[in-house]
Amino acid sequence: MITANTADRLLKILLWASAFAIILVLFSIMGYVFLMGAGVMNLEFIFTTAKNNWKEGGIITAIEGTLIVVSIAVLFAAPIGIGAAIYLAEFTREGKTTKIIRLAADSLNAIPSIVFGLFGLTLFIHYLKDYTGGASLLSAGLTLSFMILPTIMRTSEVSIRTVPLQEKMGSYALGATKLQTVKNIVIPGALPGIFTGIILSLGRAAGETAPIVFMTALNPITPSSIFRGGNALTTTLYYLTSEGISINRAFGIALTLILIVLTLNYSARFVNNYLTRNQRR
Amino acid sequence: MIGKKQFNAEAIAKRTLFLFAITGALILFLIVVFIFKEGLPIFNQINPVDFMLGGEWSPSKDVYGALPFIAATILITAGALMIAVPLGISCSVFLAEIAPKWARELVRPAIELLAGIPSIVYGLFALVVIVNTIEVSFDVPTGESILAGSLILAIMILPIIISISQDSIEAVPRAYKEGSYAMGATDTQTITRIVIPTATPGIVAGIILGMGRAIGETMAVVLVLGNVEKIPTNLLDQGEALTSVILLEMGEAAVGSPHYNALFALSMILFMIVFSLSSISNHIIAKRGLRPG
Repeated sequence: MITANTADRLLKILLWASAFAIILVLFSIMGYVFLMGAGVMNLEFIFTTAKNNWKEGGIITAIEGTLIVVSIAVLFAAPIGIGAAIYLAEFTREGKTTKIIRLAADSLNAIPSIVFGLFGLTLFIHYLKDYTGGASLLSAGLTLSFMILPTIMRTSEVSIRTVPLQEKMGSYALGATKLQTVKNIVIPGALPGIFTGIILSLGRAAGETAPIVFMTALNPITPSSIFRGGNALTTTLYYLTSEGISINRAFGIALTLILIVLTLNYSARFVNNYLTRNQRR
Repeated sequence: MIGKKQFNAEAIAKRTLFLFAITGALILFLIVVFIFKEGLPIFNQINPVDFMLGGEWSPSKDVYGALPFIAATILITAGALMIAVPLGISCSVFLAEIAPKWARELVRPAIELLAGIPSIVYGLFALVVIVNTIEVSFDVPTGESILAGSLILAIMILPIIISISQDSIEAVPRAYKEGSYAMGATDTQTITRIVIPTATPGIVAGIILGMGRAIGETMAVVLVLGNVEKIPTNLLDQGEALTSVILLEMGEAAVGSPHYNALFALSMILFMIVFSLSSISNHIIAKRGLRPG
């Protein structure tokens, strides 16, 4: 018979084992990508243009493309997302409208990335071709901006709501208007959280493949204009893998992507701590 | 005068911000309109039931049956949940109930990191490591299979299941647990009879969200399933997921052709499944005042 004591011990072993298993999975994935990626990683791989269908040279065009696409996404999504968050937190009461706005944001967040890809394809490549240049860096950036909008909206709203009520009251007591209070108290107070949200969504945008796969080119293109085509790290990685062009170089790109995501995650934490500490002073 | 001017500025600001706030809803609306507008015309030539239950998909013959893809998506999702749910729940119980501080500070960032790895990187890893391992250990001609898809999806949805379950377990009132201990219950009894049952709605919400992620996942799945258009019957069979067909065939389908419409109709199915799942779980999350995932 299993006594209560043995059951407790068994359960604890099981729980520890499950946590250990997850750490193990993470380390094997990261370790494998680092080992395989390190094999091709060097200055030439990062800083030169690919030759011979990506089999030689480097991935600079894909790095540039990703940076441009992600910047476009954030330039569009951040003002809208922050504005929406200010509206939800400061300018309205909870009601039917806010319910719809939140429901829409949550649903947008859940939509599969390939559906965003289809939507971007129809809207930007077929309908708005004259304005976006069809399959261009701009189309890719705008499609990604739709995907990260809900995240920016939510993280901004959460940090706006953490601004202490006394500070706002103090501002009103000094005769400040609502706009002055939002501009001088609420936004500065919420800035660390807003920044963190933006940096994290940069990482997410950089890692997306399916939404922009129809909008990026297969052959190496040095980006010349946002209205022209270009490469992205993720779509190039997909191309190299699915066509079996070079698994080793695909791992090189995977390592680059992971390093970007890691850097962004840690800088988000750093920025958040730094700004929060400065504020308290 | 001054008062009026300020009032105007505030009213203008409010209007502008309102426009920003409804942008998300507008985008969602446009997505629905576009997908249905391009997808519905396929039902002029095939009735929806035949489309969903048809076993053959061959655009060259103008035959569109989505069952092989629906079956593959259901199978990989079910497989992923069978692995991720027990592992996820026990890991969240560990984090919320028994982990010492150092272990929590090690496991939490690890889970955040897992959530941050791009899906295409998971796909590459799965193709090279998981597919090869299956090939060798089951001695099959190719390891590209439903099993490989389930395994990688399980890893990918673990973070979302864990974070929402953990929140839900941490929200179980202390008094419940203390009451249980005061009655002389052991840790095991308290966890299995008090903590988990109380936290169940939240855990279910996490599982449903994870399910939605698994159904919508594209890049990891397309690399490891083998992409064969037939109904998979066992774990080592190859298959092709709903998302994969759209990704692989969209480039070659002529705009406005039946093939093009059929692919949009597949995305209608995807959208409706994922939309319902996210609505259910968001409803549970909002009702229980948990942090949304």
